[in-house]
Amino acid sequence: MANAALDPHAAIATTASGVGQGLLTTADGKPLARALVRSQRRARRRAFLLVLPLLAFVVITFVVPIGQMLQRSFYNDGFSANMPQVSAWFAATERGTDPNDAAWAALAQDLVASADARSIGVVGTRVNYDMPGTRSLFTATGRQVRGGLEPPYREALLEINETWGDPRLWSVMREASTPVTANFYLAAVDRTRDDEGRVQQVAEQQRIYVTLFWRTFWLSAVITALTFVLGFPIAHLLATLPMRQSNLLMILVLLPFWTSLLVRTTSWMVLLQQQGVINDILVWMGVIGGGQRLQMIYNQTGTIIAMTHILLPFMILPLYSVMRTINPSYVRAARSLGATSWTAFRRVYFPQTLPGLGAGAMLVFILAVGYYITPALVGGSSGQLISNMIASHMTGTLNWSMAAALAALLLGAVLVLYWLYDRLVGVDNLKLG
Amino acid sequence: MKTTLILSTALGGFAFAATAQEVNVVSWGGAYEVSQVEAYNKPFTAETGIRVNMLAADNPATPLRAQVEARNVSGDVFDVEVSDAIRLCDEGALVEIDPASLPAAPDGTPAVDDFVPGALLDCAVANIVWGTVISYNTTKFEGDAPTTAADFFDTETFPGKRGLPKNPKRTLYLALIADGVPAAEVYDQLATDEGVQRAFDKLDTIKADTVWWEAGAQPVQLLADGEVSMTTVYNGRVFDAMVAENQPFEIIWDGQYMDMDMFVIPVDAPNPEAAMEYLKFATDTQRLADQARYIAYGPARKSSASLVGLYQDGVTEMGPHMPTSPEALANAVMDDPEFWADHAAELTERFNSWLASS
Repeated sequence: MANAALDPHAAIATTASGVGQGLLTTADGKPLARALVRSQRRARRRAFLLVLPLLAFVVITFVVPIGQMLQRSFYNDGFSANMPQVSAWFAATERGTDPNDAAWAALAQDLVASADARSIGVVGTRVNYDMPGTRSLFTATGRQVRGGLEPPYREALLEINETWGDPRLWSVMREASTPVTANFYLAAVDRTRDDEGRVQQVAEQQRIYVTLFWRTFWLSAVITALTFVLGFPIAHLLATLPMRQSNLLMILVLLPFWTSLLVRTTSWMVLLQQQGVINDILVWMGVIGGGQRLQMIYNQTGTIIAMTHILLPFMILPLYSVMRTINPSYVRAARSLGATSWTAFRRVYFPQTLPGLGAGAMLVFILAVGYYITPALVGGSSGQLISNMIASHMTGTLNWSMAAALAALLLGAVLVLYWLYDRLVGVDNLKLG
Repeated sequence: MKTTLILSTALGGFAFAATAQEVNVVSWGGAYEVSQVEAYNKPFTAETGIRVNMLAADNPATPLRAQVEARNVSGDVFDVEVSDAIRLCDEGALVEIDPASLPAAPDGTPAVDDFVPGALLDCAVANIVWGTVISYNTTKFEGDAPTTAADFFDTETFPGKRGLPKNPKRTLYLALIADGVPAAEVYDQLATDEGVQRAFDKLDTIKADTVWWEAGAQPVQLLADGEVSMTTVYNGRVFDAMVAENQPFEIIWDGQYMDMDMFVIPVDAPNPEAAMEYLKFATDTQRLADQARYIAYGPARKSSASLVGLYQDGVTEMGPHMPTSPEALANAVMDDPEFWADHAAELTERFNSWLASS
């Protein structure tokens, strides 16, 4: 039975019975368990205090602003907050109710109050989102009614502008009278509501967002595939060359990575444009005639080339860091066991690079989906992505709710893809370096 | 968040109180800012002793809106586009300005009659008029040179690519003018479905030959590289390339699109009196005329025109380069901010949809 003393289970059993017999205490006589819990709590609190600045920073600069921005996609009180009386009338009546005298009076009083408070522009802007051409109806009417309006209100308003009697306007105002709305999301997928509130597609020449969403995901996938095809051999070379050469090559990979995005984009413009370096060389060599210069930029080709180049390091670096850790003797072993070099690569080497490949593909794809400056500069008309529309709504039309809805859909789509990736490959297999 | 705002506001207020009188002006940077510093700020400080801090923004309306929304206004005077001036005024973000309080012209004409039409709004006073014009590279065409907006769309007689901005505002009008619509009727046409369709049909004829630009520096570069033979461009930029850099470009004034820049004062500006004083000083007849020495943008006052002299190089006569010269005004479309406030979103969507379809 000499083995019994070495049996680990027996040892645990002994300790456990010891605990059962009497409480273990610290040197100053306190129960050990409680002292342990307390000291652990103190350590946790100290660790939390260390993290607190970063946490506060992330919450203040990231979570709060993005949350506020996303809130705009379904919450817009531009109408309801400034037109309280007519909003109350809408809340009290059924959809499709014709405006009665009370409604006209509420509308008139709200318009006068809003014009005096100089908030009429906000109201008009909100209604204009759903019914183009009505912003000036509100602002112009506001200028005329400032200071008061005499009953009968219906006739007075119709005399200022007969659009006030348009049933579609009343239907749109009803939509706007509750601050929470799904209309921006509908518009973001090329849908709108008709007079009865039914969802339908917008006119064909207005459809744009669905096309752009598909194009964004398709181009991002193409760019991800291209960075893989180009980046894999480079990463392999970097990982297998002796340190001195590989460091030199690494600098060549990193140098463009450290160069400004704008500089890299504009240098592609210099290279690719019709009067650019590449076309000049082709013409000089006689490959093409002077009149057949290739159109390689200001279209999808330009977007793909420039973005592939710019995102290449994001594929190479994770691949490289994973490949560095792969033991070369595995492949040698496979070869010595009779595998062809292709089989050894396919069955032994490649599967080991998958964590790096997954990380690189995720990085490149997610970055590509949100790319904005490069497509704006080199994309022409066919190389525009959804982020260009988001930017246009942020800075051009100032329809931040629409920008937020588009951004939320983009974010949602990326999260779905991330979830799919997790289901198919597993996020645990991700290795960023 | 709120505490931070209160703290920084308090600190900001303290900083302002500690220094002598000053006024913070937010403008667009670049050569335009230089022209304002030379023509407005230096004489203003010399005369009143009030220091002028010049701040640059990509579009001053953006920080203005953000400052008003955060209730922490640090700028006193902002230089914004007309459409933004109207919009911000309607939203209650700006101080109203009484045109009667502006200085009269030297001959006694009151300011109301001296400014060009549309230059005085409830909350804004225009300082300059600028144009989007067609410009071409003279080395690209042998024989006849293009002279009209219609020539811009004639790629057979005048071969080569065309440059156009990637937005509906500065493309649809040009298509209509080239299609024979007089400048005065452009907005009547754009207000109808047929007119918009007509504009897109005309644009279709050069869609395959068009390079789309977004930033103001791009068209000048495209023209210099020979990537396009003709493009629309902001007149101040192309003037700079022609005169300062001796590029072989020419301007076609036919179908010019005119915009104005405006000075506005936000509500809760930290130095409201100094701001108003600056605004009156900077938009008087002499200052607006002086500015043309430094940049080819036209003064918003009629009385300034006769005072416009030579460019800062001392030889170039500025008169003919002004977007407000008689030749430039012959067939010019004036920006209609009300129209665009109503229809920008709708037409932008349609324009982008048109771009995306091949």
